Amino acid sequence: MRTKTHLFSIPYIVWMAFFVVAPVIIVLVYAFTSPAGGFSTENFQNMTDYLGVFGRSFWLAFLSTVLCLALGYPLAFVLSRERSHHQRILVMLFMLPMWMNMLLRTYAWLSIIENTGLLNQFLAIFGLKPLAIANTQGAIILGMVYNFLPFMVLPIYSVLSKIDNSYIEAAQDLGAHPGGVFRRVLLPLSLPGVLSGITMVFVPAVSTFVISRIMGGSKFMLLGDLIEMQFLGAAYNPYLGSAIAFVMMIIVMVCMLLMNKFGSGDEQVVAL
Amino acid sequence: MSKELIRLSNCTMAFDDEIVLNNLNIYFNDQEFLTLLGPSGCGKTTTLRIIGGFLVPTKGDVFFDGVRINDVPPYKRQVNTVFQKYALFPHLNVFDNIAFGLKLIKPRLSKSEIERRVTEMLEVVSLRGFEHRNVSQLSGGQQQRVAIARALVNQPKVLLLDEPLGALDMRLRKDMQQELKRIQQAMGITFIYVTHDQEEALAMSDTVVVMNEGVIQQIGTPEKIYNEPKNAFVADFIGESNIVDGTMPADNVVEIFGRRFKCLDSGFAPGEPVDVVIRPEDVDIVDARDGRLCGTVVSITFKGMFYDIIVDFKGFKWLIQSTDYCAPGSYIGIKIDPDGFHVMKKSKYSGMFGDYSSYSAEYDEIGDAEYDPDSQPEDPGEAAGDED
Repeated sequence: MRTKTHLFSIPYIVWMAFFVVAPVIIVLVYAFTSPAGGFSTENFQNMTDYLGVFGRSFWLAFLSTVLCLALGYPLAFVLSRERSHHQRILVMLFMLPMWMNMLLRTYAWLSIIENTGLLNQFLAIFGLKPLAIANTQGAIILGMVYNFLPFMVLPIYSVLSKIDNSYIEAAQDLGAHPGGVFRRVLLPLSLPGVLSGITMVFVPAVSTFVISRIMGGSKFMLLGDLIEMQFLGAAYNPYLGSAIAFVMMIIVMVCMLLMNKFGSGDEQVVAL
Repeated sequence: MSKELIRLSNCTMAFDDEIVLNNLNIYFNDQEFLTLLGPSGCGKTTTLRIIGGFLVPTKGDVFFDGVRINDVPPYKRQVNTVFQKYALFPHLNVFDNIAFGLKLIKPRLSKSEIERRVTEMLEVVSLRGFEHRNVSQLSGGQQQRVAIARALVNQPKVLLLDEPLGALDMRLRKDMQQELKRIQQAMGITFIYVTHDQEEALAMSDTVVVMNEGVIQQIGTPEKIYNEPKNAFVADFIGESNIVDGTMPADNVVEIFGRRFKCLDSGFAPGEPVDVVIRPEDVDIVDARDGRLCGTVVSITFKGMFYDIIVDFKGFKWLIQSTDYCAPGSYIGIKIDPDGFHVMKKSKYSGMFGDYSSYSAEYDEIGDAEYDPDSQPEDPGEAAGDED
């Protein structure tokens, strides 16, 4: 019986070996190879030029994650307390924009916030001064929050909706006012969802290059842009690109491990 | 007994036009062990949730110690609940579960005071040494006791228990019944207990309230409820009953199947049609020649202490419990002592209960060995005894 079920995992293992493990090894090898060939740590030494990019990427990803959490948790909570058939409709409505191409959605935002965009045209009707939102770091954060919010809401929602109402009633019964119910019962019980939501927002946010390019007007280089440049851009240097990607991977892993410390025992659902 | 503590006055509860409680009037005395008893969907849990503050009645008032508390939220009420599935917090250990309510008290209790009271409570429910266990590692009975400790540690005036023993096996349930009664007497507080298990209700309660279809059918001591049921529903729901149509030709005389028997009931109009209850254990089997009524044995089932014997009297099937064996098909007679009859006025339940033609089906419903708390609510149709 056991050996038979093992057979089912073979395609997956093959897939993983070719498309996950092998690329990571290739990245690793490239990272420790100098452009001239041969083993070297030169790529890592050169990286110090880009500390600012690292700092900005992680900072913007951090801010977006915090914003997603602040917006997403209450939304997930409201969703989870709706009647079940309402829930399904609301979740679908919420997911609807996701069915559209991400580039398109991001460009749509640009057409709203750009200097001659819809928002500023609207403000002009009332004689208000145009807002310079496009091509700022704020615009990048806006793009990230908009694109990644569902990844925060869905895991939290699915955990919250599985929390039995009797826990809430028990807490009220024992004297907890609504704030206490949230702090002492709902929040700790939904922590696994929060942790995986944070991972699912933070990781793509830290490595994005499309959003920063469109919303930031290429004025603010992020790690994603930097890496892309090394592979496809004028600065062609896949060795440096691999090294940057590798370091980024390590930092993300350390961040996630640190975060897992918050959740104890079986709350460590963040897959690494 | 002692003074009145809670009163529900003209309480009606409707969910989307479906009336779950119909103009309920009931009061609960201090230090009383009162049981709300009835089949699924009878409104007993709804009543409990109104007292707990989780539901506000559509109409009517709830009073606690004379004060109207309709709009008082659960966390401000001096009652605590033991939930059906315990609802122990999975992220807290046994100690922190029990200390949950104490930590919310303002002004704050000192750490040592909390520890003292939790330890004391663990003593009461015999769980010393379990403080740091994870609640998921406990057995059903232990979780049950943690739930009771968690509620009682707050020193409520009233403890509400919603089918707390439903998920336990038979033996454990019997033990916990004793245990609950002991705790109630030791703490000297009111217990309001909800169950569909009549045996449990009779064994533990000072007062039993029998409910059906959102209406109180009878309130009384367990003895009174069993011996003097008010209508066919109560007679059928509490224990086993043969309920037959009869008349009262005169005081202390009852007529069934065209024969007159001596009984102890009186106060009916001469010739008034009545429902007559005969408990299966009150029937004596005798030789057909000596019987006041004679019938044919349909089936016999060994139950351990006695046999369940189904006997056909002119098409009406009775359940008789006897220690004597009677072969199926044999023709037997019966005798009933005057105190074996209980005469009831006709009610809307007349003719709906008390015939054992579909005996086995009914036994399954009343015997709750397969009771599954998850499948419990909201189907009034599945109420005990749809047989006719």
